Amino acid sequence: MPGLEDLYREVILDHYRNPRNRGELEVPPALLAEGFNPLCGDEVKVYVQLDGDTITDVRISGQGCSISQSSASMMTTAVIGRTVDEARDTLRSFKQMMSIHEHGLDSHESPQDGSPEVPSGLGDLEALRGVVKFPVRIKCATLGWNTFDQALAEAHS
Amino acid sequence: MTLDVTAVKADFPLLGREVHGCPIVYLDSGATSQKPQAVLDAMNRYYETINANVHRGAYHIAELATIASEDARRSIARFIGATDEHEVVFTKNATEAINLVAHAWGRANLAEGDVVLVSLLEHHANIVPWHQLAEERGIVVRWIPLTDDGCLDLDDLDHLLEGVKLVAVTAVSNVTGAIPPVRRLADAAHAVGALCLIDGSQYVPHLATDVADLGCDFLAFTGHKMCGPTGIGVLWGRRELLDAMPPFLGGGEMILDVRQDGFTPNEVPWRFEAGTPPIAEMIGIGAAVDYLEGLGMDAIRKHEMSLTDYALRTLGDRFGDDLLIHGPTDTARRGGILSMCLREIHAHDLSQVLDQHGICVRAGHHCAKPLMRELGVTSTSRASLYLYNDESDVDALGDALEEAARFFDF
Repeated sequence: MPGLEDLYREVILDHYRNPRNRGELEVPPALLAEGFNPLCGDEVKVYVQLDGDTITDVRISGQGCSISQSSASMMTTAVIGRTVDEARDTLRSFKQMMSIHEHGLDSHESPQDGSPEVPSGLGDLEALRGVVKFPVRIKCATLGWNTFDQALAEAHS
Repeated sequence: MTLDVTAVKADFPLLGREVHGCPIVYLDSGATSQKPQAVLDAMNRYYETINANVHRGAYHIAELATIASEDARRSIARFIGATDEHEVVFTKNATEAINLVAHAWGRANLAEGDVVLVSLLEHHANIVPWHQLAEERGIVVRWIPLTDDGCLDLDDLDHLLEGVKLVAVTAVSNVTGAIPPVRRLADAAHAVGALCLIDGSQYVPHLATDVADLGCDFLAFTGHKMCGPTGIGVLWGRRELLDAMPPFLGGGEMILDVRQDGFTPNEVPWRFEAGTPPIAEMIGIGAAVDYLEGLGMDAIRKHEMSLTDYALRTLGDRFGDDLLIHGPTDTARRGGILSMCLREIHAHDLSQVLDQHGICVRAGHHCAKPLMRELGVTSTSRASLYLYNDESDVDALGDALEEAARFFDF
Protein backbone atom coordinates (compact mmCIF):
# COMPACT_ATOMS: atom_id res chain seq x y z
CA MET A 1 0.00 0.00 0.00
CA PRO A 2 1.52 3.34 -1.03
CA GLY A 3 1.69 5.84 1.82
CA LEU A 4 0.74 9.48 1.99
CA GLU A 5 4.33 10.54 1.39
CA ASP A 6 4.20 8.83 -2.02
CA LEU A 7 1.44 11.22 -2.98
CA TYR A 8 2.25 14.37 -1.06
CA ARG A 9 5.91 14.90 -1.92
CA GLU A 10 7.54 17.99 -0.43
CA VAL A 11 7.75 19.82 -3.75
CA ILE A 12 4.02 19.28 -4.25
CA LEU A 13 3.18 20.68 -0.85
CA ASP A 14 5.48 23.62 -1.59
CA HIS A 15 3.63 24.49 -4.80
CA TYR A 16 0.33 24.05 -2.93
CA ARG A 17 1.37 26.41 -0.13
CA ASN A 18 2.97 28.90 -2.49
CA PRO A 19 1.31 28.55 -5.87
CA ARG A 20 3.25 30.15 -8.73
CA ASN A 21 1.65 32.38 -11.33
CA ARG A 22 -1.75 32.67 -9.75
CA GLY A 23 -3.99 35.37 -11.15
CA GLU A 24 -5.69 36.45 -14.32
CA LEU A 25 -4.75 38.00 -17.65
CA GLU A 26 -6.77 40.31 -19.84
CA VAL A 27 -8.81 38.37 -22.42
CA PRO A 28 -8.15 39.11 -25.21
CA PRO A 29 -5.26 39.33 -25.92
CA ALA A 30 -4.76 36.34 -23.60
CA LEU A 31 -6.45 33.01 -24.27
CA LEU A 32 -8.71 31.56 -21.59
CA ALA A 33 -10.10 28.10 -20.93
CA GLU A 34 -12.10 26.82 -17.98
CA GLY A 35 -11.89 23.27 -16.68
CA PHE A 36 -14.08 21.31 -14.27
CA ASN A 37 -13.51 18.18 -12.27
CA PRO A 38 -17.08 16.87 -12.02
CA LEU A 39 -15.98 14.44 -9.32
CA CYS A 40 -15.16 17.06 -6.71
CA GLY A 41 -16.48 20.30 -8.16
CA ASP A 42 -13.03 21.82 -8.64
CA GLU A 43 -12.88 24.63 -11.16
CA VAL A 44 -9.77 26.01 -12.77
CA LYS A 45 -9.22 28.86 -15.21
CA VAL A 46 -6.06 28.91 -17.29
CA TYR A 47 -4.95 32.12 -19.02
CA VAL A 48 -2.28 31.88 -21.72
CA GLN A 49 -0.44 34.80 -23.30
CA LEU A 50 1.24 34.09 -26.64
CA ASP A 51 3.77 36.18 -28.49
CA GLY A 52 3.86 34.57 -31.90
CA ASP A 53 4.67 30.97 -31.13
CA THR A 54 6.11 31.64 -27.69
CA ILE A 55 4.19 31.30 -24.42
CA THR A 56 5.10 34.49 -22.58
CA ASP A 57 2.79 34.11 -19.59
CA VAL A 58 0.37 31.66 -17.97
CA ARG A 59 -1.91 32.42 -15.03
CA ILE A 60 -4.10 30.12 -12.98
CA SER A 61 -7.22 30.97 -11.01
CA GLY A 62 -9.89 28.84 -9.39
CA GLN A 63 -10.02 26.34 -6.56
CA GLY A 64 -8.84 22.83 -6.10
CA CYS A 65 -7.13 20.24 -3.98
CA SER A 66 -3.40 20.15 -3.31
CA ILE A 67 -2.77 17.86 -6.28
CA SER A 68 -4.67 19.90 -8.86
CA GLN A 69 -3.33 23.21 -7.54
CA SER A 70 0.29 22.12 -7.32
CA SER A 71 0.18 20.38 -10.69
CA ALA A 72 -1.18 23.53 -12.35
CA SER A 73 1.42 25.65 -10.54
CA MET A 74 4.27 23.40 -11.69
CA MET A 75 2.85 23.42 -15.19
CA THR A 76 3.11 27.21 -15.38
CA THR A 77 6.80 27.16 -14.50
CA ALA A 78 7.38 24.36 -17.00
CA VAL A 79 5.76 26.04 -20.01
CA ILE A 80 6.33 29.79 -19.61
CA GLY A 81 9.02 30.87 -22.06
CA ARG A 82 8.60 27.76 -24.20
CA THR A 83 7.17 27.50 -27.68
CA VAL A 84 3.72 26.02 -28.15
CA ASP A 85 5.25 22.87 -29.64
CA GLU A 86 7.65 22.45 -26.73
CA ALA A 87 4.81 22.94 -24.25
CA ARG A 88 2.74 20.34 -26.08
CA ASP A 89 5.66 17.91 -25.86
CA THR A 90 5.80 18.44 -22.10
CA LEU A 91 2.03 18.02 -21.92
CA ARG A 92 2.27 14.72 -23.78
CA SER A 93 5.05 13.45 -21.53
CA PHE A 94 3.16 14.47 -18.43
CA LYS A 95 -0.04 12.80 -19.53
CA GLN A 96 1.91 9.69 -20.45
CA MET A 97 3.31 9.62 -16.91
CA MET A 98 -0.24 9.97 -15.57
CA SER A 99 -1.57 7.11 -17.68
CA ILE A 100 0.51 4.36 -16.08
CA HIS A 101 -1.92 2.34 -14.03
CA GLU A 102 -1.28 -0.16 -11.35
CA HIS A 103 -2.95 -3.48 -11.92
CA GLY A 104 -5.67 -3.99 -9.36
CA LEU A 105 -6.31 -1.57 -6.54
CA ASP A 106 -6.11 -4.30 -3.94
CA SER A 107 -2.65 -5.46 -5.03
CA HIS A 108 0.46 -4.67 -3.06
CA GLU A 109 2.75 -4.72 -6.06
CA SER A 110 4.94 -1.74 -6.50
CA PRO A 111 4.10 0.45 -9.46
CA GLN A 112 6.22 0.43 -12.57
CA ASP A 113 8.58 3.18 -11.50
CA GLY A 114 11.46 3.62 -13.87
CA SER A 115 10.11 1.33 -16.55
CA PRO A 116 11.27 2.28 -20.05
CA GLU A 117 7.98 3.85 -21.16
CA VAL A 118 8.06 6.37 -18.31
CA PRO A 119 9.14 9.67 -19.81
CA SER A 120 11.90 11.55 -18.09
CA GLY A 121 13.07 15.14 -18.27
CA LEU A 122 10.01 16.50 -16.52
CA GLY A 123 12.03 17.95 -13.66
CA ASP A 124 9.94 18.87 -10.60
CA LEU A 125 6.90 17.48 -12.34
CA GLU A 126 8.21 14.00 -11.73
CA ALA A 127 7.18 14.49 -8.10
CA LEU A 128 3.65 13.93 -9.35
CA ARG A 129 4.59 10.43 -10.50
CA GLY A 130 3.20 9.04 -7.23
CA VAL A 131 -0.29 10.18 -8.19
CA VAL A 132 -0.71 7.18 -10.48
CA LYS A 133 -0.71 5.00 -7.38
CA PHE A 134 -3.92 6.82 -6.39
CA PRO A 135 -6.01 6.48 -9.58
CA VAL A 136 -8.88 8.62 -8.27
CA ARG A 137 -6.49 11.56 -8.09
CA ILE A 138 -5.17 11.36 -11.67
CA LYS A 139 -8.00 13.64 -12.84
CA CYS A 140 -6.90 16.17 -10.21
CA ALA A 141 -3.33 16.17 -11.54
CA THR A 142 -4.36 16.50 -15.19
CA LEU A 143 -7.11 19.12 -14.74
CA GLY A 144 -4.86 22.16 -15.22
CA TRP A 145 -3.02 20.54 -18.12
CA ASN A 146 -6.13 19.61 -20.05
CA THR A 147 -7.46 23.11 -19.51
CA PHE A 148 -4.16 24.57 -20.71
CA ASP A 149 -4.48 22.37 -23.82
CA GLN A 150 -7.98 23.75 -24.43
CA ALA A 151 -6.67 27.30 -24.12
CA LEU A 152 -3.98 26.57 -26.74
CA ALA A 153 -6.65 25.11 -29.01
CA GLU A 154 -8.45 28.45 -28.80
CA ALA A 155 -5.52 29.99 -30.65
CA HIS A 156 -6.38 27.95 -33.71
CA SER A 157 -10.15 28.18 -33.51
CA MET B 1 -36.46 -1.46 21.59
CA THR B 2 -32.81 -0.47 21.41
CA LEU B 3 -30.40 -1.42 18.69
CA ASP B 4 -27.70 -4.00 19.41
CA VAL B 5 -25.11 -2.46 17.09
CA THR B 6 -22.53 -5.20 17.64
CA ALA B 7 -25.04 -7.77 16.43
CA VAL B 8 -26.10 -5.50 13.56
CA LYS B 9 -22.49 -5.05 12.41
CA ALA B 10 -22.10 -8.83 12.33
CA ASP B 11 -25.02 -9.02 9.88
CA PHE B 12 -22.97 -7.14 7.26
CA PRO B 13 -20.17 -9.29 5.84
CA LEU B 14 -18.30 -6.38 4.21
CA LEU B 15 -17.88 -4.64 7.56
CA GLY B 16 -15.59 -7.50 8.60
CA ARG B 17 -12.93 -6.65 6.02
CA GLU B 18 -9.80 -4.57 6.36
CA VAL B 19 -8.64 -1.69 4.17
CA HIS B 20 -4.94 -0.77 4.01
CA GLY B 21 -4.38 -2.98 7.07
CA CYS B 22 -7.04 -1.24 9.18
CA PRO B 23 -10.54 -2.51 10.00
CA ILE B 24 -12.90 -0.76 7.62
CA VAL B 25 -14.83 2.21 9.03
CA TYR B 26 -17.70 2.70 6.63
CA LEU B 27 -19.12 6.22 6.86
CA ASP B 28 -20.57 6.63 3.38
CA SER B 29 -24.06 5.18 3.72
CA GLY B 30 -25.47 8.41 2.29
CA ALA B 31 -23.92 7.31 -1.00
CA THR B 32 -24.81 3.65 -0.63
CA SER B 33 -25.39 1.42 2.37
CA GLN B 34 -23.78 -1.93 2.97
CA LYS B 35 -25.92 -5.04 2.53
CA PRO B 36 -26.81 -7.54 5.26
CA GLN B 37 -26.34 -11.26 4.68
CA ALA B 38 -30.13 -11.70 4.64
CA VAL B 39 -30.41 -9.55 1.49
CA LEU B 40 -27.51 -11.29 -0.25
CA ASP B 41 -29.00 -14.69 0.63
CA ALA B 42 -32.47 -13.75 -0.63
CA MET B 43 -31.06 -12.65 -3.98
CA ASN B 44 -28.85 -15.70 -4.30
CA ARG B 45 -31.75 -17.99 -3.38
CA TYR B 46 -33.76 -16.51 -6.24
CA TYR B 47 -30.98 -17.20 -8.75
CA GLU B 48 -30.21 -20.63 -7.31
CA THR B 49 -33.75 -21.95 -6.94
CA ILE B 50 -36.46 -19.98 -8.80
CA ASN B 51 -34.74 -17.94 -11.55
CA ALA B 52 -37.38 -17.41 -14.25
CA ASN B 53 -39.02 -14.43 -15.91
CA VAL B 54 -42.06 -13.02 -14.17
CA HIS B 55 -45.66 -12.58 -15.38
CA ARG B 56 -45.00 -14.90 -18.31
CA GLY B 57 -44.32 -18.62 -17.90
CA ALA B 58 -47.09 -20.90 -16.68
CA TYR B 59 -44.55 -23.23 -15.11
CA HIS B 60 -43.81 -23.72 -11.44
CA ILE B 61 -40.65 -21.69 -10.90
CA ALA B 62 -41.94 -18.81 -13.04
CA GLU B 63 -44.93 -18.67 -10.74
CA LEU B 64 -42.68 -18.72 -7.68
CA ALA B 65 -40.52 -15.91 -9.13
CA THR B 66 -43.64 -13.84 -9.83
CA ILE B 67 -44.95 -14.39 -6.31
CA ALA B 68 -41.58 -13.56 -4.73
CA SER B 69 -41.14 -10.32 -6.69
CA GLU B 70 -44.73 -9.19 -6.11
CA ASP B 71 -44.35 -10.03 -2.40
CA ALA B 72 -41.58 -7.44 -2.39
CA ARG B 73 -44.04 -4.85 -3.69
CA ARG B 74 -46.35 -5.68 -0.79
CA SER B 75 -43.45 -5.40 1.69
CA ILE B 76 -42.57 -1.95 0.33
CA ALA B 77 -46.19 -0.81 0.54
CA ARG B 78 -46.38 -1.96 4.16
CA PHE B 79 -43.01 -0.34 4.95
CA ILE B 80 -44.15 3.12 3.78
CA GLY B 81 -47.73 2.87 5.03
CA ALA B 82 -49.31 2.63 1.58
CA THR B 83 -52.73 0.96 1.69
CA ASP B 84 -52.68 -0.09 -1.97
CA GLU B 85 -49.68 -2.06 -3.24
CA HIS B 86 -50.55 -0.94 -6.80
CA GLU B 87 -49.27 2.47 -5.79
CA VAL B 88 -45.72 1.07 -5.59
CA VAL B 89 -43.90 1.41 -8.92
CA PHE B 90 -40.47 -0.16 -9.21
CA THR B 91 -37.88 1.95 -11.00
CA LYS B 92 -34.12 1.78 -11.45
CA ASN B 93 -33.44 4.23 -8.62
CA ALA B 94 -34.82 7.42 -7.06
CA THR B 95 -33.52 9.45 -10.00
CA GLU B 96 -35.62 7.42 -12.43
CA ALA B 97 -38.61 7.69 -10.08
CA ILE B 98 -38.43 11.50 -10.21
CA ASN B 99 -37.87 11.44 -13.96
CA LEU B 100 -40.95 9.24 -14.29
CA VAL B 101 -43.04 11.93 -12.59
CA ALA B 102 -41.43 14.67 -14.70
CA HIS B 103 -42.08 12.82 -17.96
CA ALA B 104 -45.41 11.12 -17.36
CA TRP B 105 -47.17 13.50 -14.98
CA GLY B 106 -45.24 16.63 -15.93
CA ARG B 107 -45.80 16.34 -19.68
CA ALA B 108 -49.50 15.72 -19.16
CA ASN B 109 -50.04 18.47 -16.62
CA LEU B 110 -47.45 21.25 -16.93
CA ALA B 111 -47.55 24.04 -19.48
CA GLU B 112 -45.49 27.13 -20.20
CA GLY B 113 -45.31 29.41 -17.18
CA ASP B 114 -46.33 26.74 -14.65
CA VAL B 115 -44.04 26.74 -11.64
CA VAL B 116 -42.26 23.80 -10.02
CA LEU B 117 -41.06 24.84 -6.57
CA VAL B 118 -37.88 23.10 -5.41
CA SER B 119 -35.57 23.90 -2.51
CA LEU B 120 -31.90 24.80 -2.41
CA LEU B 121 -31.31 21.54 -0.54
CA GLU B 122 -32.08 19.39 -3.58
CA HIS B 123 -29.90 16.72 -5.11
CA HIS B 124 -29.36 17.15 -8.86
CA ALA B 125 -31.85 14.30 -9.36
CA ASN B 126 -34.63 16.61 -8.17
CA ILE B 127 -33.37 19.61 -10.14
CA VAL B 128 -32.29 18.53 -13.61
CA PRO B 129 -35.58 16.80 -14.64
CA TRP B 130 -37.36 20.11 -13.93
CA HIS B 131 -34.69 22.09 -15.78
CA GLN B 132 -35.27 19.74 -18.71
CA LEU B 133 -39.00 20.48 -18.63
CA ALA B 134 -38.17 24.17 -18.44
CA GLU B 135 -36.10 23.86 -21.61
CA GLU B 136 -38.67 21.67 -23.32
CA ARG B 137 -41.86 23.56 -22.54
CA GLY B 138 -41.02 26.71 -20.63
CA ILE B 139 -42.05 25.78 -17.11
CA VAL B 140 -40.45 27.85 -14.35
CA VAL B 141 -38.20 26.35 -11.66
CA ARG B 142 -38.43 28.40 -8.47
CA TRP B 143 -36.25 27.95 -5.41
CA ILE B 144 -37.03 27.94 -1.68
CA PRO B 145 -34.12 29.80 -0.04
CA LEU B 146 -32.18 28.74 3.05
CA THR B 147 -31.77 30.09 6.56
CA ASP B 148 -28.31 30.66 8.00
CA ASP B 149 -28.23 27.21 9.60
CA GLY B 150 -29.01 25.46 6.33
CA CYS B 151 -32.74 24.88 6.81
CA LEU B 152 -35.53 26.04 4.50
CA ASP B 153 -36.54 29.68 4.85
CA LEU B 154 -40.33 29.51 4.62
CA ASP B 155 -41.10 33.07 5.81
CA ASP B 156 -42.20 33.99 2.31
CA LEU B 157 -43.90 30.69 1.48
CA ASP B 158 -47.25 32.18 0.39
CA HIS B 159 -45.48 34.32 -2.18
CA LEU B 160 -43.27 31.42 -3.31
CA LEU B 161 -46.36 29.30 -3.97
CA GLU B 162 -47.90 31.65 -6.53
CA GLY B 163 -48.47 29.81 -9.80
CA VAL B 164 -47.00 26.59 -8.40
CA LYS B 165 -48.26 23.26 -9.79
CA LEU B 166 -45.76 21.01 -8.01
CA VAL B 167 -43.68 21.32 -4.87
CA ALA B 168 -40.71 18.94 -5.20
CA VAL B 169 -38.54 18.77 -2.08
CA THR B 170 -36.19 16.45 -0.28
CA ALA B 171 -37.16 15.11 3.14
CA VAL B 172 -33.52 14.97 4.33
CA SER B 173 -30.67 16.93 2.76
CA ASN B 174 -27.89 14.68 1.51
CA VAL B 175 -25.40 17.44 2.32
CA THR B 176 -26.47 19.10 5.58
CA GLY B 177 -28.73 16.38 6.96
CA ALA B 178 -31.43 19.01 7.50
CA ILE B 179 -34.99 17.66 7.76
CA PRO B 180 -37.35 20.21 6.20
CA PRO B 181 -41.00 20.42 7.36
CA VAL B 182 -42.32 18.41 4.42
CA ARG B 183 -45.80 17.98 5.91
CA ARG B 184 -46.19 21.74 6.10
CA LEU B 185 -44.98 22.05 2.50
CA ALA B 186 -47.34 19.32 1.30
CA ASP B 187 -50.31 20.96 3.03
CA ALA B 188 -49.34 24.36 1.66
CA ALA B 189 -49.04 22.88 -1.84
CA HIS B 190 -52.48 21.32 -1.61
CA ALA B 191 -53.97 24.59 -0.34
CA VAL B 192 -53.06 26.22 -3.66
CA GLY B 193 -54.11 23.23 -5.76
CA ALA B 194 -50.57 21.97 -6.33
CA LEU B 195 -49.13 18.50 -5.79
CA CYS B 196 -46.16 17.54 -3.63
CA LEU B 197 -43.33 15.18 -4.55
CA ILE B 198 -40.90 14.15 -1.85
CA ASP B 199 -37.40 12.89 -2.54
CA GLY B 200 -37.13 10.33 0.26
CA SER B 201 -33.71 8.95 -0.71
CA GLN B 202 -32.11 9.99 2.60
CA TYR B 203 -35.32 9.71 4.64
CA VAL B 204 -36.92 6.32 3.98
CA PRO B 205 -33.76 4.36 4.97
CA HIS B 206 -33.49 6.18 8.30
CA LEU B 207 -36.91 7.25 9.62
CA ALA B 208 -40.18 5.38 9.95
CA THR B 209 -42.11 6.41 6.85
CA ASP B 210 -45.86 6.77 6.45
CA VAL B 211 -47.01 8.38 3.21
CA ALA B 212 -50.26 9.48 4.85
CA ASP B 213 -48.32 11.29 7.60
CA LEU B 214 -45.97 12.88 5.07
CA GLY B 215 -49.04 14.10 3.21
CA CYS B 216 -47.33 13.93 -0.17
CA ASP B 217 -48.63 12.80 -3.55
CA PHE B 218 -45.42 11.19 -4.80
CA LEU B 219 -42.52 9.69 -2.86
CA ALA B 220 -39.27 8.65 -4.55
CA PHE B 221 -36.57 6.54 -2.92
CA THR B 222 -33.89 4.01 -3.75
CA GLY B 223 -33.06 0.50 -2.59
CA HIS B 224 -29.30 0.66 -2.30
CA LYS B 225 -29.27 3.31 0.44
CA MET B 226 -31.56 1.16 2.64
CA CYS B 227 -29.60 -2.11 2.82
CA GLY B 228 -30.95 -3.28 -0.54
CA PRO B 229 -29.21 -3.79 -3.88
CA THR B 230 -28.42 -1.20 -6.55
CA GLY B 231 -30.61 -1.08 -9.65
CA ILE B 232 -33.93 -0.85 -7.82
CA GLY B 233 -35.86 2.20 -6.70
CA VAL B 234 -39.43 3.07 -5.93
CA LEU B 235 -41.95 5.66 -6.96
CA TRP B 236 -44.97 5.68 -4.71
CA GLY B 237 -47.85 7.76 -6.03
CA ARG B 238 -51.48 8.21 -5.11
CA ARG B 239 -53.54 5.70 -7.10
CA GLU B 240 -55.76 8.19 -8.92
CA LEU B 241 -52.71 10.17 -10.04
CA LEU B 242 -50.91 7.07 -11.33
CA ASP B 243 -54.08 5.84 -13.05
CA ALA B 244 -54.33 9.12 -14.94
CA MET B 245 -50.67 9.20 -15.98
CA PRO B 246 -49.62 8.06 -19.47
CA PRO B 247 -46.85 5.45 -19.67
CA PHE B 248 -43.19 6.49 -19.47
CA LEU B 249 -41.13 3.79 -21.21
CA GLY B 250 -42.76 1.57 -23.83
CA GLY B 251 -42.26 -2.16 -24.34
CA GLY B 252 -43.27 -5.49 -22.92
CA GLU B 253 -44.99 -5.82 -19.54
CA MET B 254 -46.44 -2.29 -19.72
CA ILE B 255 -49.18 -3.21 -22.23
CA LEU B 256 -52.54 -4.95 -22.19
CA ASP B 257 -52.72 -5.15 -25.98
CA VAL B 258 -50.59 -4.21 -28.97
CA ARG B 259 -52.04 -3.90 -32.47
CA GLN B 260 -50.73 -2.75 -35.83
CA ASP B 261 -52.38 0.59 -35.21
CA GLY B 262 -51.48 1.14 -31.56
CA PHE B 263 -51.45 -0.25 -28.01
CA THR B 264 -53.45 -0.32 -24.82
CA PRO B 265 -51.39 0.29 -21.68
CA ASN B 266 -51.45 -2.06 -18.73
CA GLU B 267 -52.81 -1.16 -15.31
CA VAL B 268 -50.65 0.51 -12.71
CA PRO B 269 -48.05 -0.18 -11.49
CA TRP B 270 -46.99 -2.41 -14.42
CA ARG B 271 -47.83 0.36 -16.91
CA PHE B 272 -44.66 2.05 -15.71
CA GLU B 273 -42.49 -1.06 -15.60
CA ALA B 274 -41.62 -1.75 -19.24
CA GLY B 275 -39.44 -4.74 -20.00
CA THR B 276 -38.22 -7.54 -17.75
CA PRO B 277 -37.90 -6.00 -14.30
CA PRO B 278 -34.86 -6.39 -12.03
CA ILE B 279 -36.36 -9.45 -10.36
CA ALA B 280 -33.51 -10.32 -8.00
CA GLU B 281 -33.31 -6.67 -6.98
CA MET B 282 -37.04 -6.54 -6.23
CA ILE B 283 -36.59 -9.58 -4.01
CA GLY B 284 -33.50 -7.91 -2.52
CA ILE B 285 -35.26 -4.67 -1.60
CA GLY B 286 -38.09 -6.74 -0.14
CA ALA B 287 -35.59 -8.59 2.05
CA ALA B 288 -34.02 -5.25 3.01
CA VAL B 289 -37.27 -3.81 4.36
CA ASP B 290 -37.97 -7.08 6.17
CA TYR B 291 -34.53 -6.73 7.78
CA LEU B 292 -35.07 -3.07 8.74
CA GLU B 293 -38.56 -3.79 10.11
CA GLY B 294 -37.11 -6.64 12.16
CA LEU B 295 -34.82 -4.16 13.91
CA GLY B 296 -37.48 -1.45 14.07
CA MET B 297 -37.24 1.88 12.28
CA ASP B 298 -37.86 3.78 15.51
CA ALA B 299 -34.91 2.00 17.14
CA ILE B 300 -32.75 2.80 14.11
CA ARG B 301 -33.70 6.49 14.19
CA LYS B 302 -33.11 6.66 17.94
CA HIS B 303 -29.67 5.11 17.53
CA GLU B 304 -28.74 7.48 14.70
CA MET B 305 -29.89 10.53 16.66
CA SER B 306 -27.84 9.52 19.65
CA LEU B 307 -24.78 8.74 17.49
CA THR B 308 -25.14 12.03 15.58
CA ASP B 309 -25.29 13.85 18.89
CA TYR B 310 -22.15 12.01 20.03
CA ALA B 311 -20.36 12.94 16.79
CA LEU B 312 -21.33 16.62 16.90
CA ARG B 313 -20.34 16.83 20.57
CA THR B 314 -17.03 14.95 20.51
CA LEU B 315 -15.80 16.33 17.18
CA GLY B 316 -16.76 19.81 18.38
CA ASP B 317 -14.75 19.24 21.59
CA ARG B 318 -11.73 17.92 19.71
CA PHE B 319 -11.52 20.46 16.90
CA GLY B 320 -13.46 23.54 17.97
CA ASP B 321 -13.63 26.16 15.23
CA ASP B 322 -11.13 24.24 13.07
CA LEU B 323 -13.87 21.84 12.04
CA LEU B 324 -16.99 23.21 10.38
CA ILE B 325 -19.92 20.80 10.23
CA HIS B 326 -22.71 22.16 8.04
CA GLY B 327 -26.37 21.95 8.94
CA PRO B 328 -28.53 22.15 12.06
CA THR B 329 -27.11 21.09 15.45
CA ASP B 330 -30.44 19.89 16.85
CA THR B 331 -30.55 16.14 16.14
CA ALA B 332 -34.35 16.20 16.05
CA ARG B 333 -34.11 18.39 12.95
CA ARG B 334 -31.34 16.53 11.14
CA GLY B 335 -30.23 13.10 10.00
CA GLY B 336 -26.81 11.52 10.55
CA ILE B 337 -25.10 13.30 7.66
CA LEU B 338 -22.00 15.28 8.61
CA SER B 339 -20.57 17.50 5.88
CA MET B 340 -17.21 18.63 7.17
CA CYS B 341 -14.59 21.22 6.32
CA LEU B 342 -11.38 20.95 8.38
CA ARG B 343 -9.52 24.26 8.28
CA GLU B 344 -8.65 24.98 4.67
CA ILE B 345 -7.87 21.38 3.81
CA HIS B 346 -9.50 20.39 0.54
CA ALA B 347 -12.08 17.62 0.82
CA HIS B 348 -10.13 15.44 -1.59
CA ASP B 349 -6.96 15.73 0.47
CA LEU B 350 -8.85 15.12 3.69
CA SER B 351 -10.60 12.01 2.46
CA GLN B 352 -7.26 10.73 1.13
CA VAL B 353 -5.81 10.81 4.63
CA LEU B 354 -8.94 9.19 6.05
CA ASP B 355 -8.71 6.42 3.45
CA GLN B 356 -5.24 5.55 4.72
CA HIS B 357 -6.98 4.57 7.97
CA GLY B 358 -9.67 2.52 6.28
CA ILE B 359 -12.23 5.30 6.75
CA CYS B 360 -14.67 5.68 3.87
CA VAL B 361 -16.22 9.12 3.44
CA ARG B 362 -17.49 10.95 0.39
CA ALA B 363 -15.55 13.95 -0.90
CA GLY B 364 -17.02 16.36 -3.40
CA HIS B 365 -20.15 18.34 -4.18
CA HIS B 366 -22.55 15.48 -3.41
CA CYS B 367 -24.56 16.16 -6.58
CA ALA B 368 -25.95 19.30 -4.97
CA LYS B 369 -24.06 22.14 -6.65
CA PRO B 370 -26.70 24.87 -6.11
CA LEU B 371 -26.55 24.12 -2.38
CA MET B 372 -22.75 24.04 -2.35
CA ARG B 373 -22.65 27.49 -3.98
CA GLU B 374 -25.10 28.72 -1.34
CA LEU B 375 -22.84 27.33 1.40
CA GLY B 376 -19.86 29.00 -0.27
CA VAL B 377 -17.85 25.81 -0.76
CA THR B 378 -16.93 23.74 -3.80
CA SER B 379 -16.66 20.51 -1.87
CA THR B 380 -16.94 18.95 1.57
CA SER B 381 -15.98 15.65 3.15
CA ARG B 382 -19.17 13.91 4.14
CA ALA B 383 -19.44 11.25 6.81
CA SER B 384 -22.88 9.64 6.91
CA LEU B 385 -24.01 7.39 9.73
CA TYR B 386 -26.29 4.37 9.62
CA LEU B 387 -27.57 1.58 11.79
CA TYR B 388 -24.26 -0.33 11.82
CA ASN B 389 -22.09 2.60 12.94
CA ASP B 390 -21.13 3.14 16.54
CA GLU B 391 -19.08 5.46 18.72
CA SER B 392 -15.84 3.67 17.84
CA ASP B 393 -16.39 4.63 14.17
CA VAL B 394 -16.82 8.27 15.16
CA ASP B 395 -13.71 8.09 17.36
CA ALA B 396 -11.70 6.60 14.49
CA LEU B 397 -12.88 9.46 12.29
CA GLY B 398 -11.77 11.97 14.91
CA ASP B 399 -8.33 10.35 15.22
CA ALA B 400 -7.81 10.41 11.45
CA LEU B 401 -8.99 14.03 11.24
CA GLU B 402 -6.34 14.88 13.83
CA GLU B 403 -3.68 13.25 11.70
CA ALA B 404 -4.89 15.14 8.63
CA ALA B 405 -4.71 18.41 10.57
CA ARG B 406 -1.10 17.55 11.54
CA PHE B 407 -0.13 16.47 8.01
CA PHE B 408 -1.48 19.59 6.34
CA ASP B 409 -0.35 21.92 9.14
CA PHE B 410 0.71 25.00 7.22
